[in-house]
Amino acid sequence: MPKTLVQEFTKGLWQELPPFRLVLGLCPTLGVTTSMENGLGMGIATTFVLVGSNLLISMLRSMIPPKVRIACFIIIIAAFVTIVELLMQAYTYPLYLKLGVFIPLIVVNCIVLGRAEAFAYKNKVSLSMADGMGIGLGFTMALGALGAVRELLGHGSVTVWGDFSYNLSASFPSFQPFSFMVQAPGAFICLGLMLCLINAVGD
Amino acid sequence: MGYFELIIACIFVNNILLAQFLGNCPFLGTSKKMETAIGMAMAVIFVLVVAGTITWVIYTYILVKFGLVYLRTMAFIVVIASLVQFVEMFLKKSIPALYAGLGIFLPLITTNCAVMGVCVLNIDKEFTFLQSLVASFFYAAGFGLALILFAGLRERILLARVPKPLQDTSIALVTAGMISLAFFAFQGMV
Repeated sequence: MPKTLVQEFTKGLWQELPPFRLVLGLCPTLGVTTSMENGLGMGIATTFVLVGSNLLISMLRSMIPPKVRIACFIIIIAAFVTIVELLMQAYTYPLYLKLGVFIPLIVVNCIVLGRAEAFAYKNKVSLSMADGMGIGLGFTMALGALGAVRELLGHGSVTVWGDFSYNLSASFPSFQPFSFMVQAPGAFICLGLMLCLINAVGD
Repeated sequence: MGYFELIIACIFVNNILLAQFLGNCPFLGTSKKMETAIGMAMAVIFVLVVAGTITWVIYTYILVKFGLVYLRTMAFIVVIASLVQFVEMFLKKSIPALYAGLGIFLPLITTNCAVMGVCVLNIDKEFTFLQSLVASFFYAAGFGLALILFAGLRERILLARVPKPLQDTSIALVTAGMISLAFFAFQGMV
């Protein structure tokens, strides 16, 4: 079924929105969303890897033998992850320190490998790019949203790169931040409830 | 840090699944039945101990020695992927009974962030060889403990009446949050 570029791009934003519709890539989703800033940073890093690996795999798809394709995908993805790692170390060092172990772990993020296997290996370069960007943008939005909810409830305010901030405690003086949300158990429960909400809206 | 503290820290305080959020895909994927959960836990323990020590040796004696530290991510994933393949072939030939038990879980381990994550953590925390070995084993044991506890709970949830939007993954995540809360009590012990 031939689809347009726009369709391939927009499906990542709702229809196949990771990590809600495609329940993949949960580790970074749970691990880094203690603040909106971290969530967005992780999303952007993943998007870069996703677009890069989709592009390269799609370009090389006639050359990669089917039997060793997974190994080839992993090497290509690992190369892009190394690029991101070094770039972040050079330009966004504080964010690099905060995301820590989760940056090298983009390499084992099931979303990236999943898109390579399910999409880029079978489709044209332009479509694969659109797919990578769409899924990446969806993932970034989801991480940003989850981070925003957790930060807002956990700390009472949201700040993104010092430019944008919103203070819930100022608007609702009776609101008390509960740090449970920014700690480990809050991540699971918050994601579970958001998934529930998306299921309820989607149906 | 003494070994006893290290063991407690790896199993409970910094539980790889519930406190560090590594390896959550297989955590949700293989916990629907107790049998598969036990199989996955065993496979992870087996691979993680071997991978954790081998990557430590490679990092210390090859990458650091030749100034190739920036190739860490790539080197580790290649080592893990080939190791998993090798373990699979080795078990198939020499210990068929174990292979039959672990069989389908082995390929899944390549993309298990817990394995890669522990290898990277061992390096980041500057563990010695013996510490890496102990940490790898007990992180994996913590993974197994959490996975088996969770599988037990999920089998019970099957019998409960859950509202439609909350079904399946959603309720599983909330349950995982509850177990995580229990493990959270160990925080600050070490």
